[in-house]
Amino acid sequence: MSQARDIYPQVPRNGGPEGHRNGYPPTPLQAPRDSSRQEPRLLAAGPDAGWARHLDTFGTWEPQAAGPGLLEALAAAGLTGRGGAAFETWRKATATAGSGRKGLFPARPVVIANGAEGEPLSVKDRTLLAHAPHLVIDGLTALAAALGASMYVYAPAASLPRVQQSLCERPRGKRIHLAQAPETFISGESSAVVNMIANGTAVPMDQRRRLSESGLNGRPTLVVNVETLAQVALIARYGAQWFREAGTPTDPGTRLVSVSGPAPVRDVVLEVPGGAQLTAVLQEAGMDPASLSAVLVGGYHGRWVRPAAHALSPVGPPGRTARPGAGVIHALDLQTCGIQATARIVSYLANESARQCGPCMFGLPAMASVLNRIAGGETNPRLAAELDRLGRLVSGRGACRHPEGTTGLVSSALEVFAADFRAHLSGYCAGPGGAAA
Amino acid sequence: MKTYLHIDWTSCDGRGLCTELLPGVLDRDDWGYPVARGKAGWERTDVPVRDADREAAQEAVFLCPKLALSLFERPGPEQEKRTPGR
Ligand code: SF4
Ligand code: SF4
Repeated sequence: MSQARDIYPQVPRNGGPEGHRNGYPPTPLQAPRDSSRQEPRLLAAGPDAGWARHLDTFGTWEPQAAGPGLLEALAAAGLTGRGGAAFETWRKATATAGSGRKGLFPARPVVIANGAEGEPLSVKDRTLLAHAPHLVIDGLTALAAALGASMYVYAPAASLPRVQQSLCERPRGKRIHLAQAPETFISGESSAVVNMIANGTAVPMDQRRRLSESGLNGRPTLVVNVETLAQVALIARYGAQWFREAGTPTDPGTRLVSVSGPAPVRDVVLEVPGGAQLTAVLQEAGMDPASLSAVLVGGYHGRWVRPAAHALSPVGPPGRTARPGAGVIHALDLQTCGIQATARIVSYLANESARQCGPCMFGLPAMASVLNRIAGGETNPRLAAELDRLGRLVSGRGACRHPEGTTGLVSSALEVFAADFRAHLSGYCAGPGGAAA
Repeated sequence: MKTYLHIDWTSCDGRGLCTELLPGVLDRDDWGYPVARGKAGWERTDVPVRDADREAAQEAVFLCPKLALSLFERPGPEQEKRTPGR
């Protein structure tokens, strides 16, 4: 059993950090670690780290004075967003800073720490907010200082009390506004974040103008995932070179991943180096890759891959790279039917469409229905082609990436479960409860 | 500078007037919503418009009952900057 798992149990979706505080084993955090494993960086202060332990671990520091040179350091570090899109953080920040300076009456930018974790299989952001809230707030403060911006933390109800408590513990914490994220899949999409704070509805907005030009109340707005901000805090403290000591040149640093799999495997949040091997991560989470049929990497907008030699990295040769997206890694055992699993996910995604954009509102349910017909044993050979056609039809046509992400997942299923699709369409399902011959 | 026709999907109701005005640029999907012909990815939301189609595009912008269409100019191909993400 992995050390990391014992130290950093996941925070359940609807339970706050309070709920399981007693569950921590008394294991000292300084316990010798297996050398092949990534030393914890983000969670180095241990469970439930308060202000004192935070300073003790990371050193005293004035984040509000860290603005000058920060964007250059982020560029040198090569930090990419940890919320899904893996866009370079410094570029996003620079675009926002640039529009803030434009015009006769420069508008003060806004930086929003995004802790909405809509992915049902993701728990890493709430885990981070529960255990290392001060690191996130450090990063937010430093980045906002670099842009001269005002600050928000946007997080689900379960995470907010801990953030609130942390803000009270630290000097100048009162300057940060809090906003509650609803528990919907789409609530963390950046324009939905802005829409929620401005208008109280967490659905994406048409983005004719980029948020970096005109976001919250028309101000240049930067929405940054909470883990990305915690990484910003570490880079601001220890420098780009230190950051690059973990990971690979093309995927530097570390990332948190939420790993789940077939029972009795426990869900776990791990900190892994950039470019980590998928199989190694599965093993660290207590799974034998040989006992798995496929792994969903990146979340419900991610892709299915075989549990083979894939590097977890936003960039790399296709076929040997799995994009970590929102940091979700979910393994399927050999007994579970991948088509049924995908059908359930796509039905969920169709249901979570904000129903504003026609192609998403009609196309996703249509895809879900075709998938469910295949999963349910209908043997019409044209169904697979129809699924492919619908995916092509909806992609790129929405105010947000929801149709795109759903299509990506389905196309990976058609690829990875190609044999199962053929079996299903000829009346046979290898999985239990399927249309077995 | 290149001209693009932006479709605001949150406003469009899919009655398809624009597809009648721009038959060479826009097709209708299963539900009546416009689909940019021969385009992929974000070029189906910000649709590149050739000079020859510009006037018709302007008219579509003007006549769209839901004010879902707009024309804008942007230097060169740079869809990758449009990375709607969290
Ligand atoms: S694409 Fe779908 S989820 Fe995104 S805004 Fe439009 S309707 Fe909502
Ligand atoms: S005319 Fe406007 S509302 Fe009608 S289909 Fe075209 S974009 Fe949509």
